[in-house]
Amino acid sequence: MSELQFQAILPFVLLAASSIVVILLIAFRQRHTVIQVTGFLMMCLVVFTMWQVRTVLPRALPPLFLVDGFAAIFTGMIVFSVLVVGLFSFVYFEEREENPREYYILLFLATLGGAVLTISKHFLSFFLALELLSVGLYALVGYLRYRNNAIEAGMKYLILAALSSAFLLFGMALVYMETGSMDFAFIVQRLAATRPANSVLFIMGISIMLVAVGFKLALVPFHLWAADVYQGAPAPVTAFIATSSKIAVFAVLLRLSQQIGLQQFPVFTTIFSIVAIASMITGNFLALQQQNVKRLLAYSSIAHFGYLLVAFLPGNTAGVEATIFYLSSYSITLLSALGVITVMSTRERDAEDIADYRGLFWRYPALAAVLSIALFSLAGIPLTAGFLAKFFVLAAGVQANLWLPVTVLVLASVVSLYFYLRIISTLFADAPAAEERKHTLHPFFHFATYATLWVMLFLLCWLGVFPGMFLAVVRDFLLLR
Amino acid sequence: MILVIPIIVLLLGGCSCWLSASKRFVVCRWIALVAMLAGLVVFSSLAMTYRGGVNGTAWLIDYRVNWIPAIGISFHIALDGLSLILQLLTYFLGTLAVLCSWTEIRQRTGFYFFNLLATIAGISGVFIAMDLFLFYFFWELMLVPMYFLIAIWGDSNRRYASYKFFIFTQAGGLLMLLAILALYFIHGQQTGAYSFGYFDLLQTTIQPSAARWIMSGFLVAFLVKLPMVPLHNWLPDAHSEAPTAGSLILAGLLLKTGAYGILRFVLTLFPEQAAAIASWAMLMGVIGIIYGALLAFAQTDIKRLIAYTSVSHMGFVLLGIFSFREIALQGVVMQMLAHGISTGALFLLAGMLKERLHTREINKMGGLWTLMPAMGGAAMLFTMASLGLPMLGNFIAEFLVLLGTFQVNSTLTTIASIGLVLAAVYSLRMMQSVFLGPLAISGTYRDLSLREWVIIAVLSCSIVVLGLYPQPVMDLVKAALNNIIHHSSGGI
Repeated sequence: MSELQFQAILPFVLLAASSIVVILLIAFRQRHTVIQVTGFLMMCLVVFTMWQVRTVLPRALPPLFLVDGFAAIFTGMIVFSVLVVGLFSFVYFEEREENPREYYILLFLATLGGAVLTISKHFLSFFLALELLSVGLYALVGYLRYRNNAIEAGMKYLILAALSSAFLLFGMALVYMETGSMDFAFIVQRLAATRPANSVLFIMGISIMLVAVGFKLALVPFHLWAADVYQGAPAPVTAFIATSSKIAVFAVLLRLSQQIGLQQFPVFTTIFSIVAIASMITGNFLALQQQNVKRLLAYSSIAHFGYLLVAFLPGNTAGVEATIFYLSSYSITLLSALGVITVMSTRERDAEDIADYRGLFWRYPALAAVLSIALFSLAGIPLTAGFLAKFFVLAAGVQANLWLPVTVLVLASVVSLYFYLRIISTLFADAPAAEERKHTLHPFFHFATYATLWVMLFLLCWLGVFPGMFLAVVRDFLLLR
Repeated sequence: MILVIPIIVLLLGGCSCWLSASKRFVVCRWIALVAMLAGLVVFSSLAMTYRGGVNGTAWLIDYRVNWIPAIGISFHIALDGLSLILQLLTYFLGTLAVLCSWTEIRQRTGFYFFNLLATIAGISGVFIAMDLFLFYFFWELMLVPMYFLIAIWGDSNRRYASYKFFIFTQAGGLLMLLAILALYFIHGQQTGAYSFGYFDLLQTTIQPSAARWIMSGFLVAFLVKLPMVPLHNWLPDAHSEAPTAGSLILAGLLLKTGAYGILRFVLTLFPEQAAAIASWAMLMGVIGIIYGALLAFAQTDIKRLIAYTSVSHMGFVLLGIFSFREIALQGVVMQMLAHGISTGALFLLAGMLKERLHTREINKMGGLWTLMPAMGGAAMLFTMASLGLPMLGNFIAEFLVLLGTFQVNSTLTTIASIGLVLAAVYSLRMMQSVFLGPLAISGTYRDLSLREWVIIAVLSCSIVVLGLYPQPVMDLVKAALNNIIHHSSGGI
């Protein structure tokens, strides 16, 4: 391994090191606060290194990895989300019954899995990274193991994820059998050289692999786990599943499709259109009457990944840019929303009932402002990042003349307005008398959590009004491929 | 630059209202009033400056900075006579909206004025945005605070009304967004320069089949706002449930954005297609006139009644626009002003009645003239305006519209003029059962207070002036309307 190659992979090494550091800290019986602060600094270090080494990109580490600008952006998004999730985790787990320290090991391992997914260009690294991500998540979802919902969610996630991994392996085996290669880039070359392009085994193999991807992204018809897991998992873990894990899987899907040229095959574009349309419709309609905020966010995320597929369909640069913008604004939005849920949660239960939020604006204006702006962003109202994200997705779709998915997107977002407005009007409804909440923690951590929420709010509005700088950075990085 | 200042002042004023209200809620009313008056002063002085027009061009002021240059979005605002007159209306009614909320809103005052000012800022932006992305941006910006105004300070059925308002408008808006994008890409592929600028997009030549779809995207958004029957469904609920200032802004300003959008964008961007559907649009306008009038007659809720008269009056706007005659368009502009003032005034009076009697039911009122003669007189004046009595603004407007359309389609014009008769029927019924007849209530009620006197006096003066001497308005918008006619001349 040359020095440049080492530099390129350095952020990922640091990420792996951070879990070991946490293990050591636990071995020396350090307090939760120390672990939290160290973890935070490690994540900042990862982002910083990523930024520093961007000059040596793109750099291939054959045969498993390719570190390029594309991977750097997605890793940046994943690590950023984990930073925020980590901050929320402190106030959340400090007040819960379980020992919070091992939580960070699992969180950082899952993050490592996600980050490695973005640089993998080989079936082997793809599968290993996905398993690393999943195994971390099995434990994270059921972390509060004395709660009924958590156990149910953990089991559900474990069984279904294991099943989808089996599908993934089977699909990979079929593709390997047909082409004799496991490297994304060589698959198509081999295929073109030896077989007809519409080889049945190849198409079947890829389709079966897509089942696993669809499961992770909770696309219809593989969405059945989403609501239960979102509800049962601790709120910060829900945030992790909704953001980092999905960003990572989408990154690998994008890379796979770019290298193989998935969009060249009419059969795959048809499959993706159907899945996109079904996800948009199903997600929004299931959310309509939902009274549980976490479940509602789960259904809305199904719909949002349906929207995202519309930008994925054209398979061009505009689509990739739209995807990146969408994923970042979506994760900021969801992190803000779930952050509010985390802060609102009490020792006994998560604040997931819509009734818990009644009149929130008159009791805690700051929290309600964050939550309502996040919901407006999900609904795609201007001045928020969600609007521009939807706008770029629509633009990508219209440019490629995908009129059916685009029209469904518009109509589905009109339907979705109803349930977002339902929560928002609850926030602003007449309040019951405010009960005083007891804070046992050091005020600094509450301050930190609130500050994070404000930063997220600022980012949402800033991206919604001045996306120019962000887009420029994305373009710079994408040229590094 | 001068065009941006009022909007910024409104937004800053709104924020400071919100912040200051927690300490002293009296302060925030004054902040709101000053912010509105500042805008009114700016645009009045502009109107004085440009009353003679600028030679050679319809555009008086043009201001442009890049916003998101990567995809051809600029912050481009420009002012012509049409925009100017609508801006005047916006800030005029905005000031009155602040004044009429002075004592009505007792809860959450700061947030209320924030929303009020933000709505006005959005409306003000809609009338000057010359970049289609920016236009959409403002179009949505006025929607959210209006939703809050209805949903928080509205009447008993406010949740339903606010959902309906938001979802109807947003559905139209998103279809317009699709149309804007389609137009953007067609233009980009033709010229190689991707831009959302209105003046760039005017140069686009579009396949007729595509143009028809794109135009309908725009048209749906504008016709929902206007509203055209059968897309008017949200209007009675929203108008009747909103607080008084909300109804005033909805009727006086929000409906005008629909008419403005058709004039500015549909007619000029898609002249042939607009001409192709003109007779249908005129027919829908006439149906709106008659249908709105009939339904207004049947209402027992005074705010719903006034809301349906809006449907009827907006029918004249639709009829006039699609006749493509300059004189009819003059009438349309007059109708926008006169309807804003007269219907706004009626909503204000209804709000004052509700503040005193705590009901909107006409059946529970009666003989109020003896208790409140001043209010009765004012109501009589604006009822007469609304039914189109000569000397008052609405008469000029409806007369010009009918005059213009008669040359195009005499049958429809004849039917539309029946609307004037029906207007007399519903207006007089309202007057009769609220202010005349035997006294239906007991107790003592205050007549107009000084603040209400000021509001009503200002409105009365303006409606009379518009009726007696409409020439300045016509001079101001003449160049702008000629410009629109010129662009859509392919249609005639």
